[in-house]
Amino acid sequence: MELLQRARDQGSKVDLQALIDAIPYCRFLGIEVDRKGSELTMILRFDRKLIGNPMLPALHGGVIGAFLETTAIAQLVLETEAAELPKPVDIGIDYLRSGKPVDTYARAVITKHGRRVCNVRAEAWQDEHSRPIAALHGHFLIKPKD
Amino acid sequence: MLDHVPHAKAVGLAIVSVEKGVAVVKLPYDEKLVGNPDTGVVHGGVITTLLDNCCGIAVGMALGEMRPIATLDLRIDYMKPATPKLEILARAECYKVTANIAFVRASAYHADASDPIATAVGAFMLDAAGHPKSKSKATS
Repeated sequence: MELLQRARDQGSKVDLQALIDAIPYCRFLGIEVDRKGSELTMILRFDRKLIGNPMLPALHGGVIGAFLETTAIAQLVLETEAAELPKPVDIGIDYLRSGKPVDTYARAVITKHGRRVCNVRAEAWQDEHSRPIAALHGHFLIKPKD
Repeated sequence: MLDHVPHAKAVGLAIVSVEKGVAVVKLPYDEKLVGNPDTGVVHGGVITTLLDNCCGIAVGMALGEMRPIATLDLRIDYMKPATPKLEILARAECYKVTANIAFVRASAYHADASDPIATAVGAFMLDAAGHPKSKSKATS
């Protein structure tokens, strides 16, 4: 992405909110970035269109998966020298509790930073951080600056 | 089966065909689903939504009756990026149902099922807790 490439070329920090806003699907979901120094929390604002089960009601499992994947990608952009958006190789999502119709938060940790591949874990929660609603682990391909 | 799912409607999912334990669902290309604005490739999360929903319908088709289910876990391998502008198909097969759990495998592809964009395996909880129709008592 031009935005990402430019920040790498200039050696400046990447504006993560601008990056997320430049991704149509993230804008469609309503994802926000809360960055405090090196600590990154992603926010998924509740909207009726995110519902997968209207009986409960509960967030769609795919939405939670997409949110966690985006959180992992944002953390990788923050912590690595990736000049292109990291690409998922494989991901596993554990659904721990149903996602209530409220705002959801997520954070990711890079477990292993390899030369080409990174292993990332991410967790999403709602009202209580100690009661996660879903967890992701996955591998992402990184293309560093040439 | 998809009309009452707000997010399925929002992204444009549509059922192509169903049979016992099997579902085929399609997702038309839409600019709003793009994950990389440079290439126009849809976001990996969209594939997650497509595969998750397709798996859920396959479980419903294996059960043969409406029972509340919930995704327990889903593992997705991304083989190649989806081609921009093309619709994506997903086919899911529920190959085992036990007293509590249904096991599913699925793949997403454009036209040729033997050249997948992504494959998935998942487990679904039957009579999911917390559901108003569920026999088991809600705990949270």
